[in-house]
Amino acid sequence: MPFYSEKVMDHFQNPRNVGEIKDADGVGEVGNPVCGDMMTFYIKVKDNRIEDVKYKTFGCGAAIAVSSMVSEMAKGKTIDEVKAITNDLVAKELGGLPSHKMHCSNLGADALHKAIENYLSKKGK
Amino acid sequence: MRQVYLDNQSNTPVDERVYNEMLPFLRENYGNAQSMHSFGFVSKDALEKARLQVSGLIGSKPEEIYFTSCASEANNLAVKGAAEALKNKGKHIIVSSIEHFSVLNCAKRLSQNGFEVTYIPADRYGIISAEDVEKAIRQDTILVSIQHANTEIGTVQQIEEISKAAKKKGILFHTDAVSTAGIIPVDVNKLGADLLTLSGQQFYGPKGAAALYIKKGTKVVPQIDGGVQEGGRRAGTENVPAIVGFGKACELAKAEMQDNYGKIIKLRDKLIDELPKKIEHIYLNGHRTNRLPGNVNFSVEFIEGEGMFLLLDQKGIYVSSGSACASKALKMSHVLTAIGCDAAVGQGSILMSLSKYNGDEDVEFVLKEFPPIVQKLREMSPLYSYFKKTGKRQEAGPGTDYEHAHEHGNEEN
Repeated sequence: MPFYSEKVMDHFQNPRNVGEIKDADGVGEVGNPVCGDMMTFYIKVKDNRIEDVKYKTFGCGAAIAVSSMVSEMAKGKTIDEVKAITNDLVAKELGGLPSHKMHCSNLGADALHKAIENYLSKKGK
Repeated sequence: MRQVYLDNQSNTPVDERVYNEMLPFLRENYGNAQSMHSFGFVSKDALEKARLQVSGLIGSKPEEIYFTSCASEANNLAVKGAAEALKNKGKHIIVSSIEHFSVLNCAKRLSQNGFEVTYIPADRYGIISAEDVEKAIRQDTILVSIQHANTEIGTVQQIEEISKAAKKKGILFHTDAVSTAGIIPVDVNKLGADLLTLSGQQFYGPKGAAALYIKKGTKVVPQIDGGVQEGGRRAGTENVPAIVGFGKACELAKAEMQDNYGKIIKLRDKLIDELPKKIEHIYLNGHRTNRLPGNVNFSVEFIEGEGMFLLLDQKGIYVSSGSACASKALKMSHVLTAIGCDAAVGQGSILMSLSKYNGDEDVEFVLKEFPPIVQKLREMSPLYSYFKKTGKRQEAGPGTDYEHAHEHGNEEN
């Protein structure tokens, strides 16, 4: 049996929405290179919805697939809907992740939430 | 699909001549080597022939060869067996910090049972200094165990000097020669070893057979108790087919070593010379010349090893990585840590190990397929875009997540 599900491999090999948004409304970063996984998420918000989302990811196959999946799950959703996305939901959408990958690679939702926090704090000013 | 197998440090393919030698012992000659009937003798004779072949490769006497199921078992027998045999003389042992886990974890186990262990550090090229070993020797030191070469970064040690330091003080010396035996000359007398581990799966023999050389007169307490096999030092029915294959592999390795060496080292050097011309910011791990002929180990900066090897896998190129993500323990390789490899850069380590079955076309294929894979992952990497924009390496900065670092630690063992 292969190490990763077909869906994980698909997202890993053909990651959706990779990139940066120059004038992003919110930026969120989690992980660090020493751990082996790091993600930076950029969001563009319009009318309380995630109009665009992009990311850059340093990490293993799971980390890249997770980033790609989260970006798809978030696009077009309202802020509240995106806040309800959890790491576990992302893993489920990917058809599961190997158990030892659940902690350190599955940080996509956290990164996205941080980008939203960043957006909200900027907006509050 | 084209397949390029570059994980020979994990396991080599079985030579067809080895395979043919083994076949009769899988079906027709199934007798137990310990049986006293004529049928058993066929197996017994085969076992003794293999012992002769193994001893021929490493310059020992055949009766000094003890078969085990794998190199880890042989290392256990050497380190724990010798420590137990000599515990009344002293309780201090010396190993290097870049040994295989079968030595390191034996040392750890011994330290839980009243022994003291000194770990000799390696320099940035993976070299263990004989002087450091000599300085670490104490009144109560009973064993020094230093590998002949490191499987992962390929660095070959000056074992003669290290063993001399041990012998001067009358201390038992073991060397794990798993990655050198059958590949480069290994002679127990020249190396000055009292105990030496070797394994056939590293040089075109099957899995399931390895050996410990135990110099005549050296006391080692068995780690598997039972019957009289292997002179009472290793109980258990002998795996005759695998041992026959191991023996044949030793015979072939001895006869063909020079040819194989010349061929493999050419491929290695081409990869080591050409990859940095095609990929920026990659760093060779290990020593450039004191190096196993088939070992290529680079750290590729800004990306992570598992991503690389999965994409290489998709192209039919099979390699290995020392990154944390690529390991089931989720820790960066202890060898890269020990040689002071930057923790972020080491995540991008990639190990390609060659065999006599690789050719120029394999190297060309890697040189063609690997650079775009690195580029693809770098385009995705926040560390790379930071470097591109600022010319600086990103510090382990915002989002540094020590909780996760602890989780890594907890998954050890």
